[in-house]
Amino acid sequence: MTAHLAKIALTEMQAELRDQAMKFCGEKSPVSKVRALLEDERGYDEAVWAEMAELGWLGIAIPEDQGGLGLELADVVPIAEAMGKHLMNSPYASTTLAAQAILHGGSDAQKAEWLPKLSSGTVATVALFEPSGAWELDAVTGETKTFVLNLNAAEIVVTTVKHDGQTRLALIPRDTIEARRETIIDETKRSYRFDVPEIDAIWLMPAELTSAALDRIELVANLLQAAELSGAAMACVDYTVDYLKTRKQFGKVIGAFQALKHPTVDAFMGAEGARSLLYAAATHVERQGEGEIAVRMANAKAGGALSYAADRSIQFHGGFGFTYDCDAQLYRRVAMFAASQFGDAAFHRARLAELLL
Amino acid sequence: MISVEDFAAQADAWFAEHTPRGVPFMLPLTFMEVGTDEQFDFLRDWQNQVYRAGYLGAHWPTDYGGGGLTQKHQDAATRVMRKYNVPIMLNAIGIGWAGPLILDTGTEDEKRKYLPGILSADDIWCQGFSEPDNGSDLGNAQLKAVRDGDEYVLNGSKTWTTQGNYAKYMILLARTDFDAPNKYAGLSFFLAPMRIPGVETTKIRKLTGEYGFTQTFFTDARIPADTLMGQEGEGWKVAMRTLEYERGARGGQAGGYTISQTDPLEVVGLAKRATRNGQPALEDPVMRDRLMAQMIEGQAMMANRERAKIMPLVMERPFALPMLSKLQFTEYARETGELALELEGAQSGYYVGEAGSREDGYWQRSYLNAFSATIGGGTSQIQRNIVGEHVLGLPKTR
Ligand SMILES: Cc1cc2nc3c(=O)[nH]c(=O)nc-3n(C[C@H](O)[C@H](O)[C@H](O)COP(=O)(O)OP(=O)(O)OC[C@H]3O[C@@H](n4cnc5c(N)ncnc54)[C@H](O)[C@@H]3O)c2cc1C
Ligand SMILES: Cc1cc2nc3c(=O)[nH]c(=O)nc-3n(C[C@H](O)[C@H](O)[C@H](O)COP(=O)(O)OP(=O)(O)OC[C@H]3O[C@@H](n4cnc5c(N)ncnc54)[C@H](O)[C@@H]3O)c2cc1C
Repeated sequence: MTAHLAKIALTEMQAELRDQAMKFCGEKSPVSKVRALLEDERGYDEAVWAEMAELGWLGIAIPEDQGGLGLELADVVPIAEAMGKHLMNSPYASTTLAAQAILHGGSDAQKAEWLPKLSSGTVATVALFEPSGAWELDAVTGETKTFVLNLNAAEIVVTTVKHDGQTRLALIPRDTIEARRETIIDETKRSYRFDVPEIDAIWLMPAELTSAALDRIELVANLLQAAELSGAAMACVDYTVDYLKTRKQFGKVIGAFQALKHPTVDAFMGAEGARSLLYAAATHVERQGEGEIAVRMANAKAGGALSYAADRSIQFHGGFGFTYDCDAQLYRRVAMFAASQFGDAAFHRARLAELLL
Repeated sequence: MISVEDFAAQADAWFAEHTPRGVPFMLPLTFMEVGTDEQFDFLRDWQNQVYRAGYLGAHWPTDYGGGGLTQKHQDAATRVMRKYNVPIMLNAIGIGWAGPLILDTGTEDEKRKYLPGILSADDIWCQGFSEPDNGSDLGNAQLKAVRDGDEYVLNGSKTWTTQGNYAKYMILLARTDFDAPNKYAGLSFFLAPMRIPGVETTKIRKLTGEYGFTQTFFTDARIPADTLMGQEGEGWKVAMRTLEYERGARGGQAGGYTISQTDPLEVVGLAKRATRNGQPALEDPVMRDRLMAQMIEGQAMMANRERAKIMPLVMERPFALPMLSKLQFTEYARETGELALELEGAQSGYYVGEAGSREDGYWQRSYLNAFSATIGGGTSQIQRNIVGEHVLGLPKTR
């Protein structure tokens, strides 16, 4: 039933993009830079963002007649994976989500106004979650939004509102919002909370597209998250292995102790599986029904893989692992925050059970 | 040469017609479980039929009994076998690792002498590596082989030898030099005959209650010196190569499958039939979660296999995925069995032969049997050492 979902297709373009993105993120986001940005109000480097726009990364999954490159969603995956691998924060995911929401849920006028801007570097975000903690995107009251990433940098916010008793999507201009920054577990990211202002009718997206757009947002969010987590999981294993190869105790390099070696192999195996499921998800994402299965599987697996790798990484760094200076905590926090967004692994498994059992 | 597509279509038609159905006794799920003569005779005949029809060793040279086609042809036939869930190929050690070893590194005489009998299942092969005191520490093997003219004289014991009681030949790792500078340098590798004076096997009962492997005792058993494979003292190298075939890290196998794979969907089927707390187990939220987690793992392994074929996606560590695969697949099968037992709830306490059991204790037996693969061929712990050291570059455990 699901055997063919394991197939992986890779285009030359994706292979090139992956190379390019890995190199770019590696250069622009060494861990010293990641740590410097933890203190930065904006949380990312605007010059680097401009370079990404220059490279065309923001227009990848936007059609050519809307100012984009007209490539596929799958082509976004190698970029998100590279960013995850190098713990590089940027508004890439939030802007991509907003663009996909507008592409699939906006009116012609909204598309024409926003998609060319977003593909050339204008920052956008999505405001979907409320203090109730529900992950179902249509369960909204439309009063207060939380976990709104990169709001400070965004010009436009795609948000869910209650209109005539119905859940609708609206494009709210950033300057109509008063927000406060939230303290979140993943310090590389920037999150905000705001009270939804009075909605101007012209901000609303067409009612009949709401449900399709919400499905799209969820799909894309889970795919991007799987990519970020899977990249981070592999990096976390590498980081741990480096330490296990250098730290000596009891006259031995600690990587020789099986109490550390074996769980590290398990972490590696988890990261490899997450990576394969990620590419399988990218391959199938646009197929009706199957896309959701493949993407939820990839996300559930990647979250678990990174959590385990980072948890053991803290432990295996000993006393140093308990310090802020040890990067293991950065990885662990990425996974913790991701689990709070768009559903944790158990949530995805429950959805998968409905689809598959 | 026939096209792969046509060959596959022929195979499909052949297996559709010839796959045995309604066999009146339990068939082994793996080659390590052949415990009765009834099973043995049946499987030997089955392998022979498949071979004669041209679907085993299709890519081995015709001079040695093969079909002279390509690997792609054989792979296509093997896929058809999986599709029809046909009985396993019996002579696993022959077709899986002794055969490829001889094919790749044997002399012309050795190839002509041994390979056809491997494919037809006329000559069953076994592997004499492990000893009562040396399993994981294979390099420490102590069975003594002393050269005496044109012969070597063997003394000692091998154990856990799969199909040892049925085998005509054994790939044997023995010590020819007790004074070598290190333990590995004193080992030699033989293609040893088993049906000779001084060789005796006793069956060992397995945890399932069945039989399938033996202990073998060598008492002044004399084998011809030309059964030595490679040079005297270089047995370790040959043994390591053999393990690469065994663990699937090196190709050349005659094809067909020798271990049936656990399909997580079978467990889903069980979850529909089994009951927990008076409800279908499938409706129990905890069981649903466990099932999904297991299906995701299964899917990840399949995706790993697909990704391994795509060079730009494995460049960083080209051997990682093949080296992980034994560990993953065997542990997965064990965990799937465990999950199945949980799903059975109150019924999980019955065993094979009990009327109240589900599917005649299939899952109980298959869970217990799953350890054959997590222990045999190098335990999961040894696999973790190998991956840790050879893939991640961690220091050796001493
Ligand atoms: C919150 C906190 C408070 C502390 N307070 C004090 C204090 O007041 N006074 C004080 O003296 N110290 C204190 N420590 C230090 C603590 O005792 C050490 O961190 C601890 O003993 C581990 O040593 P290490 O950090 O050098 O790690 P390492 O010894 O380098 O260990 C690194 C990793 O290798 C593993 N490892 C090491 N050797 C082996 C082995 N033989 N077999 C298997 N695994 C092995 C460890 O379990 C660990 O996972 C504190 C540490 C923490 C986290
Ligand atoms: C069904 C079955 C069929 C078999 N068929 C054959 C066959 O045909 N021919 C043949 O030669 N052998 C065969 N074997 C033997 C098999 O290869 C050995 O059982 C296996 O290599 C383990 O060796 P051992 O039994 O001596 O266990 P031990 O080496 O004594 O291991 C005991 C435990 O210690 C662990 N351990 C040992 N060393 C280490 C280490 N360095 N690091 C971490 N953990 C370690 C092991 O993982 C295991 O859990 C078969 C075994 C089984 C179960």
